[in-house]
Amino acid sequence: MPEITMVQAVNDALREEMRADKDVVILGEDVGINGGVFRCTADLLEEFGEDRVIDTPLSESGIIGSAVGMALYGLRPVPEIQFSDFIWPAFDQITSEVSKMRYRSGGQFTCPMVIRTPFGGGIRGGLYHSQSPEVYFTHTPGLVVVVPADPYDCKGLLKAAIRSPDPVLFLEPKRIYRAPKGEVPDEDYIVPLGKAAVPREGTDVTLTCYGSMVGIALEAAEQAEAKGWSVEVLDLRTLLPLDEPALLASVTKTGRMITLQEAPRFCGFSSELSAIVAEKAIDVLEAPIKRVAGFDTPFPYTLEHVYMPHAGRVLKAIEDVMSW
Amino acid sequence: MTSGEMLQIIGESGQAHEDSDPGLEPDFLISMYESMVATRLLDERMINLQRQGRIGFYVPSTGEEAAQVGSALALEADDWVYPSYRTPGLFLMRGARVDQLVANCFGNDADLCKGRQMPVHYAFSEHNIVSISSPIGTQIIQAVGTAMAMQIRGDKSLVAAMFGDGGTSSNGFHSGMNFAGVAKAPVLFLCTNNQWAISVPIEKQTASETIAVKAEAYGMPGVRVDGNDVLAVYRACSEAAEVARSGGGPTLIEMMTYRRGPHSSSDDPTRYRGNQADEWMSRDPILRFRKYLELGDLWSESQETELVERKKTEMNDSIKVAEAAGQPALDTLFTEVYETVPPHLRDQYDQLVKNEGTGHEPDPDAAFPL
Repeated sequence: MPEITMVQAVNDALREEMRADKDVVILGEDVGINGGVFRCTADLLEEFGEDRVIDTPLSESGIIGSAVGMALYGLRPVPEIQFSDFIWPAFDQITSEVSKMRYRSGGQFTCPMVIRTPFGGGIRGGLYHSQSPEVYFTHTPGLVVVVPADPYDCKGLLKAAIRSPDPVLFLEPKRIYRAPKGEVPDEDYIVPLGKAAVPREGTDVTLTCYGSMVGIALEAAEQAEAKGWSVEVLDLRTLLPLDEPALLASVTKTGRMITLQEAPRFCGFSSELSAIVAEKAIDVLEAPIKRVAGFDTPFPYTLEHVYMPHAGRVLKAIEDVMSW
Repeated sequence: MTSGEMLQIIGESGQAHEDSDPGLEPDFLISMYESMVATRLLDERMINLQRQGRIGFYVPSTGEEAAQVGSALALEADDWVYPSYRTPGLFLMRGARVDQLVANCFGNDADLCKGRQMPVHYAFSEHNIVSISSPIGTQIIQAVGTAMAMQIRGDKSLVAAMFGDGGTSSNGFHSGMNFAGVAKAPVLFLCTNNQWAISVPIEKQTASETIAVKAEAYGMPGVRVDGNDVLAVYRACSEAAEVARSGGGPTLIEMMTYRRGPHSSSDDPTRYRGNQADEWMSRDPILRFRKYLELGDLWSESQETELVERKKTEMNDSIKVAEAAGQPALDTLFTEVYETVPPHLRDQYDQLVKNEGTGHEPDPDAAFPL
């Protein structure tokens, strides 16, 4: 199987879905002739033309708002927000309109679209090119929120998202856009939405993660192995709707839980995971739940490497729960 | 015509200005009038229902009938409409039934939106009338997206984006006008300038001399029309529709009128504009058009009486039909959030039924403040 980057996985998924369905259109800032600032939409303009790969004016609310109108009319728009840090002007459209259209119209209108946006730190982007806004959207009924962690999942999840009847926010961890590469088959496949994965099995502690934190989790699990601790890594892949059975099954098996996220800790997605386990499986826990997360500060520039959770910080948490 | 001028065909006296009467067919003129009267009667009846406590909230459009009827007549069935919440006349003219509107305001089981929204937040997919939300202006850019989709598919229809003067300050207005200008999208931007956004008068809404003049900056024509003159509205909208259909791009139409009533049933306008004896209060678009018809011997007192009686009877029958429906089923809380109900919502529904029951009655004192 060929080895490709996540950027290539995005590009391939878009191209294949556009070839398969003429209603799939792309719109956003610099997505056309420039092929996107991360090159995710490279060469699509040449193949599909200006009607289906639309360079829009610089307005995020305009991008999502016009995508709503396209979706209602029957197209399958895949709008790109250049950085998730710039999604806020579109927040009203996403939370008031996209997510509620089916419900508020009694099912008369639906708004299927895939909002792609790079998110997270690790590229020296400072406050406004690094944030992880997932919980603002996981708190919004009607949205599906997806975060891939490797090229295979990225391509399969994106294809599934484009075929989904529900609106999907597709958060691409840009730190791992170009490395590592991963094997991806040539033939058509999808990775189903709403299903978590277990990239590493273990018996002592469950480590939940998503996006670029999956790589950090695997690194920490490797180091823990050397100390005699068996860590199970649970890659959530879809945050909303959550694969709750997978979470509860893993924690039931290991009896311990550490959550890992890049976003600030307070009210983070990990807090919800912790609450679910506390409500439904507290009797299996042999130690308190630990959260490893970004700090409750804006995302810094120079001290980015300190802000972002790394394997050492995760290992310390593993040590804490194993010695509790 | 420049943006500062205002298109008018029928003067206050009911007399058409010289050479401007389009000479429309009598049957068409009469149907226009009937639609305006039906809109007014519906409004009055809904306000009464609200005052009787039978519906929770209403947004009257009294005085804005010409803008609704004149613009609706310029549209075809295949065109799409992104309405604002003050356009019941347009809904009726596109085929929505009175009992459907009333069921929406009751929020009951017969409501097409399943009682999920406040009154007047209608949606009629059958008539290409898109679901209304409460945030102001979000629909304007959405309308442009639909028009772009029509361009992409090669369809020859157009989209009407409807909003008020307050809506022109919204993000959706700016991005919508801008996107439509760039894409030359087939959109009619229909601004009902009723001069009040709840308590904020037009002078505090914009420093532009007119709304229409804003079009220039977006590279499209802006037209200002007497919004209480149904023939002028119809002409301006028809001309702009022809331009849009032939690939000429969007037009902004400012329909000058006046919000004679409160913003909504919860609003008391005497708090911010006193007991207004404003010149606009006496400018009734229905009376003006009736005078025009009478001058042409197209309308009489007996026809008026017959029309009002007929519409009232129809309305009473429709209200009875709508009021007979019960509350929406409990599971409508959880359905249609997604296409299929995901496990966590199924769990919540099961919990609700099993543990909490349905014993909560609505609070009779809950009143919406805006």
